[in-house]
Amino acid sequence: MTSPTWVLHDPTSELDPIVRPRLRPPPSLEGRTIALLDIGKIRSDEFLDTVEKELRARGLDVLRVAKPTNAKPAPDEVIHRVAGDADVAVVALAD
Amino acid sequence: MTTAPGPGTRFEVVVKSDCPTCEAVVPVLARMQAAGLDVVVHYQDDQAFLAGVEQLRDDRDLERSFRLAIDTVPTVVRWEGTSETGRVVGWVRAEWESLTGLEELGPDLGPWKPGCGSNSVAPGMSEILMARFGDSGLRSRAIDVAEPRDPVEVAFDRGWSDGLPVVPPTPERILRMLTGTRREPQEVVGLMPPDLVPCTVEKVAINAVLAGCKPEYMPVVLAALEAALEPNFTLHGLTCSTCFSSPVIVVNGPIAGRIGMNWGVNALGQGNRANATIGRAVNLVVRNVGGGRPGGIDRATLGSPGKFTFCFAEDETDPDWETLATWRGIPPGRDAVTLFQGDGVLGVMDQGSRTPDALVRSLASALITVCHPKICEWGNAILVLSPEHYHIFKEAGWDRRRITAALHDACTRPGAEVVRGAGGVGEGVAESRRDELVPKFHPDGLLLVRAGGQAGLYSAVLAGWPGGRAKEDSFPITKEIIP
Repeated sequence: MTSPTWVLHDPTSELDPIVRPRLRPPPSLEGRTIALLDIGKIRSDEFLDTVEKELRARGLDVLRVAKPTNAKPAPDEVIHRVAGDADVAVVALAD
Repeated sequence: MTTAPGPGTRFEVVVKSDCPTCEAVVPVLARMQAAGLDVVVHYQDDQAFLAGVEQLRDDRDLERSFRLAIDTVPTVVRWEGTSETGRVVGWVRAEWESLTGLEELGPDLGPWKPGCGSNSVAPGMSEILMARFGDSGLRSRAIDVAEPRDPVEVAFDRGWSDGLPVVPPTPERILRMLTGTRREPQEVVGLMPPDLVPCTVEKVAINAVLAGCKPEYMPVVLAALEAALEPNFTLHGLTCSTCFSSPVIVVNGPIAGRIGMNWGVNALGQGNRANATIGRAVNLVVRNVGGGRPGGIDRATLGSPGKFTFCFAEDETDPDWETLATWRGIPPGRDAVTLFQGDGVLGVMDQGSRTPDALVRSLASALITVCHPKICEWGNAILVLSPEHYHIFKEAGWDRRRITAALHDACTRPGAEVVRGAGGVGEGVAESRRDELVPKFHPDGLLLVRAGGQAGLYSAVLAGWPGGRAKEDSFPITKEIIP
């Protein structure tokens, strides 16, 4: 028997996920702007301060960006700033 | 006045055997046919009682009854071509005579006899018939499942489950669930994180079916979701956190009793359908509509059993007790939910402290462990006071306000004890606070709820999510339940 015996309605958002291919890492950081994104976790700034120091010592451009709080998603202006003004991003994700 | 039947006139009559009035009109139906009228008789159960009547139609699947919108049998409908030109419900001799143009119908029946309920409007049947023969109005994608596939396994395979079996969301069940709310199925409750997808009442109803809810739980589920979607509940952060927490739902007001919620024995445990399924429905909506799944955006290091469901009602049986909802601004007597970003249960057993001051110190010793004994002003907490512990406060005349204030005082610590490194423990507050008195909780960060069985000098601490450290951005939300 192959006829439908049950009809179920989808409880999900029915969004077919569109998996966009990730950008390939640049072969070199030379001439690139690197965003350092602080998501608001404790001591993110300490970690990113150190990363910034290391990157600047290599003569690279660094853009510091911060979310107001880790409890909420990044505001649009933060996302646009990283996407628009930087080529590479480093996210300080945990405590 | 109905005109006399003409050549194009026909009649449909709907009857069932389990109806004395239907049995009584059998001779009337036979006489109508004997008089040359075109009469089709639909029977809903058994045709044996219709001896002497012709043109019988089997309507045991109730399709014709549904399409004719029959709610009472017998009902006789008159047609001219494709237009209905008259209808009589039950037995009313004058009306039957007018409709059929025949005189002295049913001389032994008396002038009037009420009908019986149609099988098509039996409890639960209208949703079944609507799904089977009508336009269900449901907009969510329909998925056909053929035997021998088990719909419960299909739900697992499609990722709709939290790990436990779910109730298959059939159109009948969804339509029945939607009867629990006055809100339109396509009304958008809000944008559900983390995917920020519009979540309709219909999607909530489907997930409530999965969870095992009854329709009467829908107002609570919807209010809980609306509270969860308040920006300052920070559902996105709560869902994607590495921490243990998930929405803890506390229900206040008459609705808790009306839908059979538990605030007594084992209030925080298993065994009560409303408690179990309301919390589960909320989490399933986050999973299925919002896309918040473990291993995806849900990055909980360990999680907790509360992520399946954590919902209970407050004990409001003591009129002297100011309820949680009232404390948080809801007028007395109204229904409300409070959503708290919380973990599991830390039991506090104290059978020795018999004064309010001693009990406050005792309970505070457990409350200071929230997040970590040396972490302060990060996580909020719910203290669930059992009846026997509450009795100690009540006997001494202490109310919610006084208990809360005393607990805040008792949880305040000398900075030297809680700074990083103190006691040989690396965790703690900033060294700069060494000379301060450091509160454990923000002023609004400690909530009291009364619940539990009558026996047991126990209470419970429900630890809050450390997101509470951003007290202006993330805090519990209380919302009135609107039917």
